[in-house]
Amino acid sequence: MYRLAEDRNSKGKELRMCVVETIQEMMTYDDKVVALEADLGGASGFTKIQKSNPDRFVQCGIAEANMVGVAAGLSVTGFKPYIHTFGPFATRRVFDQMYLSGAYAHNTINIYGSDPGFTVGANGGTHTTWEDVALMREIPGAVVCDAADAVQMEWILKEFAKSEGIHYVRGNRKAVRNVYAEGSEFTLGKGNILKEGSEVLLIAAGQLVSDALDCAKMLEKENISVEVVDMFTIKPLDEELLLKEAEGKQLVVTFENHSVYGGLGSAAAEVMAEKNVPVPLKRVGVKDCFGQVGTPEFLQKEFGLTAEDLAEEIKKNYKMR
Amino acid sequence: MDKNQLQDLKILSAKIRLDVLKMLEKRGYGHLGGSLSIVELMSVLYGKQLRYDAANPKWEDRDMVVLSKGHAGPAWYSALAEQGFFDKEWLYTLNDGGTNLPSHPDRLKTPGVDMTTGSLGQGTSAAAGIATGFRMKGSGQYVYLIVGDGELNEGQCWEAFQYIAHYKLNHCVVIIDENKRQLDGTTKEIMNPFDVAEKMRAFGFHVQKVKGNDEEAIDKAIDCAKEVEDQAVCIVLDSIKGSGVPYFEQLAGNHSVKFNNDEILGANHEAIKALESFIEGGSELCTD
Repeated sequence: MYRLAEDRNSKGKELRMCVVETIQEMMTYDDKVVALEADLGGASGFTKIQKSNPDRFVQCGIAEANMVGVAAGLSVTGFKPYIHTFGPFATRRVFDQMYLSGAYAHNTINIYGSDPGFTVGANGGTHTTWEDVALMREIPGAVVCDAADAVQMEWILKEFAKSEGIHYVRGNRKAVRNVYAEGSEFTLGKGNILKEGSEVLLIAAGQLVSDALDCAKMLEKENISVEVVDMFTIKPLDEELLLKEAEGKQLVVTFENHSVYGGLGSAAAEVMAEKNVPVPLKRVGVKDCFGQVGTPEFLQKEFGLTAEDLAEEIKKNYKMR
Repeated sequence: MDKNQLQDLKILSAKIRLDVLKMLEKRGYGHLGGSLSIVELMSVLYGKQLRYDAANPKWEDRDMVVLSKGHAGPAWYSALAEQGFFDKEWLYTLNDGGTNLPSHPDRLKTPGVDMTTGSLGQGTSAAAGIATGFRMKGSGQYVYLIVGDGELNEGQCWEAFQYIAHYKLNHCVVIIDENKRQLDGTTKEIMNPFDVAEKMRAFGFHVQKVKGNDEEAIDKAIDCAKEVEDQAVCIVLDSIKGSGVPYFEQLAGNHSVKFNNDEILGANHEAIKALESFIEGGSELCTD
């Protein structure tokens, strides 16, 4: 069971440190867990794993395609590789390796793709990924997650170790606001209803879940009742929850730090269209554009992904109905 | 290696070559040239060097083969069938819908196949990862990575080679089948590889170059590679695409051959007859 954090305005530990410490912890009881880096150990903190567990760390150099293939080979010999690089390099750059050496060959690769979307900050457009979820959703059998906070990230990484296959989680390297209380438990493929509401169903993923909760609070003051769902597993999508909670609502809204093509919004749209859900859908995300450089705060505003932007979109679409 | 052992390997080579010719004719088409150029290598691996248990293909301590030039699957399947991994009748199901023997190797379908390959270059990294896993386990197992010289066009090969060399993964025996031809022409015409052996030396490998159709030389080179300490190892096979059948060696565009005319079928039947006669002990094979 999960519980909401008492103080949602405070931040948890850095997600990268959460990843590092979780992998280190898993290595204390599972000798099959291996960590791989592509020369970003200083950025991800994976150099700490290299120091603590040198015999279970593999430095692959700036060669991501090879890293994915090496991970596949480690899987062949029974290991559980956890690889890190920036989101675009963990997905877009190595897509064929992930697809064939990984998924098609039924190997296991656990992937932390860091700094998705606007969280890229100073690394800018070349390092931005608005399409990682879309790509990974295309891989048959892959599990695709967007971690809302450090508590959820830790749970996701440990859950990945329990099954075989391609498991992808995206997340900021830096600290993000707390959504969940320590010790919260989740279920892969099941969304979490974080706030009840009767008029609008708002489905978010990743650190935008915090902004979605802010937005719902803002709209409450304007007498719009918003239900907020954390759809941290984008694939497999919790269709049952989506259909059940959409029933009787005036509007369904998806909110993602990703392109609206192929991500959470697309996934929801596919289900709603096929199941003839008679509720309008608004997808809030990035539309057909590249990333750019700036602070994450600037970029979040620039791409219309703040709680205020979301509230405006909801009001506009809610009134249109 | 004594004379009898060598003769056994030559007979195994002939059987593998024979199987390849028969299965591709039955199928009507297939990747002939690159399959024939690794026949003797497959014979030495499965006839002498590899540790495996055909009755228990998942045996924990087995050595592994990664055929990164996955289109040469027919040669591998023939070696596996000859050594009892599966019924030889399977060979005649190549590329049938639902077959266990797809054009490119699939670890989920074929006993004895530990890594799925076909998208060129990718097997190199997988083999590097397998060797890393063996080292982590401290098991002493070997992985034999078979790479095509045309395949070296793929950048991923060089990423993997620098990794294998950097970590001195000498239990990953890199074997480059230098048959000098790729789909659209000779390797020199398409993308000049220059001196492959020198390139591998420059990458930090211990390199040996041997005749690709010489079982004894291949075997010696593998023995020698296993003696190398503290350095990655590479064997370059100086081979001929379509090797062992003069007609196919000469045939332009022998990467993939269609068995659809009397000339090709006639040449194939002649080669089959010669191989069968050799296997039965009735004749010498003409090599080189």
